[in-house]
Amino acid sequence: MNETIRTLLAKLGGLPVAVDTITDNADLYAVGLSSFASVQLMLGLEETFDMEFPDHLLNRKSFASIAAIETTVQSILEDRKVA
Amino acid sequence: MDLSAKVADQSLKARATRVAAIAAVYADEVDKAGRFPAEAIDALKSERLMGIQIPVDCGGEGRSTSEIAELCTIIAQSCAASAMIFAMHQIKVSSLVSHGVDAGWHRTFMQKICSEQLLIGSATTEGGIGGNLRNSICAIEVEGDRCRLEKDATVISYGKHADAILITSRSHKDAPPTDQVMTAFLKDQYTLEQTHVWDTLGMRGTCSDGFLFKGEAPAEQILPKPFAEIAAQSMLASSHLLWSALWYGIAVDAFTKAQTFVRAAARKAPGTTPPGLVHLAEMSSQLQVIRSNIKAGLGSYEQALNDPDKLSSMGFAVAMNNVKIASSEMILPVIHQALRICGIMGYKNGTPFSLGRHLRDAHSAELMISNDRILGNTSTMLLVHKQETGLLG
Repeated sequence: MNETIRTLLAKLGGLPVAVDTITDNADLYAVGLSSFASVQLMLGLEETFDMEFPDHLLNRKSFASIAAIETTVQSILEDRKVA
Repeated sequence: MDLSAKVADQSLKARATRVAAIAAVYADEVDKAGRFPAEAIDALKSERLMGIQIPVDCGGEGRSTSEIAELCTIIAQSCAASAMIFAMHQIKVSSLVSHGVDAGWHRTFMQKICSEQLLIGSATTEGGIGGNLRNSICAIEVEGDRCRLEKDATVISYGKHADAILITSRSHKDAPPTDQVMTAFLKDQYTLEQTHVWDTLGMRGTCSDGFLFKGEAPAEQILPKPFAEIAAQSMLASSHLLWSALWYGIAVDAFTKAQTFVRAAARKAPGTTPPGLVHLAEMSSQLQVIRSNIKAGLGSYEQALNDPDKLSSMGFAVAMNNVKIASSEMILPVIHQALRICGIMGYKNGTPFSLGRHLRDAHSAELMISNDRILGNTSTMLLVHKQETGLLG
């Protein structure tokens, strides 16, 4: 999953730096993720993992770092398994 | 002897009403000359309204955004430029209150705002960023315990008259444009070299000239939170809400003039219906929508204040953007309708029904943070954020 997120981030994040230089816990907004690019990334994640982000997870914290995105996506996929 | 009558009413509303009375005297002159409304701002200071939002333990009154919004509405009915200066000052203070209470320097600064009734200015606009305040070109330089900043600030509202300025920049020289910080500089820590003149259609008294800002100060004056968080959690919401409150004040004053005009006509010719009467009903309905929208926005902001996740959520950003869009667009037809009712008496300057200043001031609303930019941001969010479908949430 980490790799998939990184691939999408490289494609959609519009970042001024190479994605493999970004650590899992680095603040993506500080690295240069714009709000427009963050939405493109969310759409990419929704398409790739065939899911939708519920509104309560659409906040800064959920997408603040690669690790945070992983946690957010995982929690949605796990909720789906339970359901 | 009864002294009670001599003690002025110290309720917030009474204090603001006294300021509004003074602002009204000078409003036309301020507008015509495009000069700073010094009398109204002095009145705000002598009523000790500059620090009211600051927590009691920092010397303020701990007043809520709703209470401050009400004051913006009251003052805007006399002089929109004075109300705008008050609103912008309070927006800056809200950033300090939300993000500076744990920082030693900023706590002392807030105490100083209260004790000396300082007016705080804002420098978020920069030449070359295309109006997007979430981008900076200039970068703050930190060397040891000092920081230095030079910024081509194309607009600093009441820049010459501010006692301190909160200014944005990139956080260091290698940071991307979106990695920003905000720093407080006191008047004796910066110089302003004027580069642009604020000669505008309306809001002329805000004196939002452009300057080349050069400042140097202790590095601890940089706010300890990224500006992205400050913008999302206090600045954007309080701007949209306080501005909307004052725009509503402009529209309400236009309505009051139209109503007075119609009533006078009705009294002179009993038994007939004055021509503008039906439009007054339409305006009343529009004002109710604007007012309810702002009140609902204030309610959700105050609810979200205790929940940082909610404050930085898309749903909240969409809601605040919507408040701004609706109030900035809806005030114009109301004022226009008032002008049609008052006719030539509204069109002429210097009558009790003059509406030129209202109309010109109100046109700034769609432009300060361009509605097209805001709609663009909202529409991007709507690619993932879902519309609330229930009535009560």
